[in-house]
Parts: sequence; C-alpha cells; structure tokens
Amino acid sequence: MSDSLDQIFVTLNHWITGFAPGPWQPVVSALVSVAGIIGVFASLFAVTTVLERKGLGRIQNRYGPNRVGPYGFLQPAADGIKALIKEDVVPRAADKVVHYLAPLMVVIPAFLVYAVLPVGRNMVLVDYDAGLLFFFAIGAATELSVFMAGWSSRNKYSLLGAMRAIAQMISYEIPLILSAVTVVMMVGSLSTTKIVDAQGGYDSIGLGNWFVFTPWGFAGFVLFMIAATAETNRSPFDLPEGESEIIAGYYIEYSGFKFALFFLGEYMGLFAISGLGITLFLGGWQAPIEALEVIPSWGWFFAKLLALICVFIWIRGTLPRLRMDQLMNFAWKFMLPMALINIITAAVWHFMQPGWERWLVGIAFVAGSYVLLGRGLMEGKKLEKRTYRFAE
Amino acid sequence: MNIVFAIIAALTIAAAVAAMSLRNLVHCALALAAAFAGLAAVYLQLGAQFVGFTQLLVYVGAVAILVVFAILLTRGSEPPQKSVLSSGWLGGMVVAVIVLGVLVFAIARSAVLHGPVPAQPEATVQQIGDALMNKFVLPLEVVGLLLTAALIGAVIIAMKEQK
Repeated sequence: MSDSLDQIFVTLNHWITGFAPGPWQPVVSALVSVAGIIGVFASLFAVTTVLERKGLGRIQNRYGPNRVGPYGFLQPAADGIKALIKEDVVPRAADKVVHYLAPLMVVIPAFLVYAVLPVGRNMVLVDYDAGLLFFFAIGAATELSVFMAGWSSRNKYSLLGAMRAIAQMISYEIPLILSAVTVVMMVGSLSTTKIVDAQGGYDSIGLGNWFVFTPWGFAGFVLFMIAATAETNRSPFDLPEGESEIIAGYYIEYSGFKFALFFLGEYMGLFAISGLGITLFLGGWQAPIEALEVIPSWGWFFAKLLALICVFIWIRGTLPRLRMDQLMNFAWKFMLPMALINIITAAVWHFMQPGWERWLVGIAFVAGSYVLLGRGLMEGKKLEKRTYRFAE
Repeated sequence: MNIVFAIIAALTIAAAVAAMSLRNLVHCALALAAAFAGLAAVYLQLGAQFVGFTQLLVYVGAVAILVVFAILLTRGSEPPQKSVLSSGWLGGMVVAVIVLGVLVFAIARSAVLHGPVPAQPEATVQQIGDALMNKFVLPLEVVGLLLTAALIGAVIIAMKEQK
C-alpha cells in the first residue's frame, strides 16, 4: 500500500503516457513531468507568498494579508490578476530589447534547474551524470539576466542594484560550490540521484545516514544555506534590492507582469536551491528514521522544503541587512576559508576508520576553524553594546 | 547534418556576428554570452556533458560577467559615433580568410574525415576525474599553481596599502 502511494505520480505518468502512440511516448512522458514540475512549484510559490507575508506580519506584530478569501489565502490570486491587468510601463530611455528579455532570462533558468532535483523515489526528470554541475551552470546564468535588467532600465538605482547583485552572487557562489564539493568527494559522483542513494540506510542508533549528521556535513550544510540565502538575494543579504537604500534595485523600472516574473524567478530560485540543499545534505527524499518510511518519499521532500522555507522566512523577519563591506568581508574572510577547511575535514573523515576518534577529529577541525576564523574576523574591531538616544 | 545542429549552429554564428558588429558594447558582450551558450549547446549535442556544463559555468557565468564589468567600469556605455569598422578592416579580412583557408585545408586532409566513423566513447565524469588525477596530474597541478599565483597577485594589487 505504502509502495503504491510512494510511486503514485510515477504510475500516473506511465498511465497518461500509455495513451500516446509508440514513438511519441518519451515526448509525452517528458511533457507530463515538466507540466507537473511547473504546476507544483508555481502553486508552492503562491502558497509561500501568503505564508511569508503572514509569517513576517506575525514576527513584526501586525496582521498579514487577511481580506481576500479565508484568512487571506486567496491573496496570490488577487495579486496575479492585478499584475496581469496592470499597465506595462517601459521607460523611454530604456534599452527596449534587453529590458524585455531580462525577466524571461530570470525565469527560464530558475525553472530549468528543477530538471535534476529528485523530488521522490524515481521522480527526477533527467538523471544527468553531471547533474550537480548542470544545476550550478544553469544557476550561473541568472547573474547575467540580473545585469541585463539593471543595465537596460537606464536608472542609476537599478544599475547600482545590478552591480551589488553581481558582486554578491559571484562572491557567494564560491563557498556555495565549495561546500557542495565535500558531498561530491564522499559520494564520488555528480549525479543527484546517486547522492541521494548514498544517504540511504540507517546507522547504529537508527538515524538516517544523512550527511548533515556528520561534522563536515553539518558545517557544509550551514555554509551552503548561508551562501544560498545570499545567492537568492534574501534578507539579510538583500542589498541588491534594499528598499530603504536603492528602492528595489535592478527591477525598479519593471511593472505589471514583468515585475511578477522577477518575483516568481526569485522564489523559484529559492525553492530550487533549498531543494539542492535537501538533496546534498538532508538525505533528499529519505526518511529520518526507519519507522517513518510509511510516509511517501515525495512527502518527505516537500516537508523538508517547507521546513527550510519557514527557516528562510524566520531569518528574513529577524536579521537586519548587512552593509556592503560586511558582506564582502564575511564572504572572503570567513565563508571561503571555512569552506576550504571543510574540504580538508571531509578528506580526513573519509580516510579515518569509523569510530569515535573520527568524530573527535572531525568536530575538532570544524569547531577549531570556526572559533579561529571568527576571532580573526573580529580582531581590531571595537564591538560593544550599541546605545541609542531617544527623544524624551 | 541534422536539424538540431543546424539550428544551434545558426544561432551561435548569428550571435557571434552580432558580437562583432553591434554598436553598443554591452549589446556586444551579451551577444558574446549567447555565442558561448550556443557553443555549450553544441558540446551537449555531441554528448560531452561535462565540457558543455563547464563551458556554461565558466564562460556564461564568469567570463561574460567579467567582460560586462570591465566595460561598465572602464568607459561610458554610450555607443560610439564613429564607424564600427576600424580603418584596417581590409587587412584584417585578408588575414581572416587566410586563417580560414588553412583551417579548411587542414581539416579536409585530416585522416579523421576519411577513416571509418569511430563508435562514440562513453566519457563519464568519473573517467574525466580519473584521467585528471592520474594521467594528467602534473599539468593540472601546474595550472592550479598558476591560477593560485594569479589569485594572490590580484589580492595584493587590490589590498589597501599599509601606511
């Protein structure tokens, strides 16, 4: 029973494909999968916008959207209709072609990367031998589209936002990829399905063999998630948008549905990179303990995804925005050395015999580098409690 | 010649021509990025996944961004008023035709074209990694050393002067 529930979407795909004539079957199968990916993640986008606004409202002591539909949950439909019927304003000085292409170039790579994410057992669109590389290669194309948007608007704020975005994305892409390299070293493959398979099974205390439950995996996961926050331009790394500084950054001159496309692309990138974090460190669609395997594999993937989204909302509501120099210092002086040391930790872990010595050395490596780098970064800075002056 | 290759080739060549002939430098850089992506598509179509994705990652993700940055930071982005062709375009054309002729001559005479078509080898990422780490480890180390030296040099240039 649980097996048929686990494979329900795979069976469904086979059933629909069965109606097509022979030579068309691969095409139809791919089309059905693509439609599934777009449908599911686009609706997740709609749900997340409400969750985020309500969650932020909760954190900031105010009501979120609560007018449209029950508890405001039809708000995304209203927003979508509004975006569709709004006038599409293009500045007179704008570079028309590039201005038009930029939102499309944001959304297309954001959807492409889902092709290699295994969202359940046997549920991956293409199982590339170099799947992880595909993800990073397509993700890198986003930087250029952000630049296109910022430059073509002919607006100094949008150009500033684009410059900030590119500087930030390039800086944080290095720790992002380096922290993923540890997993590739352990698994010995760039294929996302092989990475998930390697995290199957349970250890002596009944916990899943997820990489996050090892010292290098834990450090790698934290580094990966910080870099992912920066890559997706979310608070506290939202300098490229910085409403209070440069209004909305690179998409300041976009209105109507083009603006909605930027919004969509941003959230799709967030889901995709969270999905990659789950695949790399949180065991993909594997259950944490054996007894919980009754829940289907795709259920686990989306449960983990929603949990990570909640963490992102929580962080956004809690942390203030970084300054540009703090952002760069953090990337190059903390994240990069930490990621490099983490690679060495993973190598040492790989070549030591399983046992408590391995744990001791691994934890010593991670904690030691964390403390030393943290101290080094704070050196020469006078950090004290901030005092405020209030109007009495 | 199949239809997919024809489409990719046409797009790549069109992007490359646009990169040379457009007036606005940023447009040229974007067209160049499109040409890079087209090359990656050609590699992918030949079954070279690793090379194709690396081409995307390095050229579209890094080199194109670098080019764009260099254009923005060094000069105004206003399109130049004078002709896009430099004064020595005739000489350049002659050199280009000669290079093309030599290449075509070499390819037409090469044994690859006339021998039987070899079976397509299945190059996995694992094999590439093995080859890099065993057979070609010395070139890899030399390249690594060179890049590290370049990186340190860049940091030293960018560092604030002490006092």
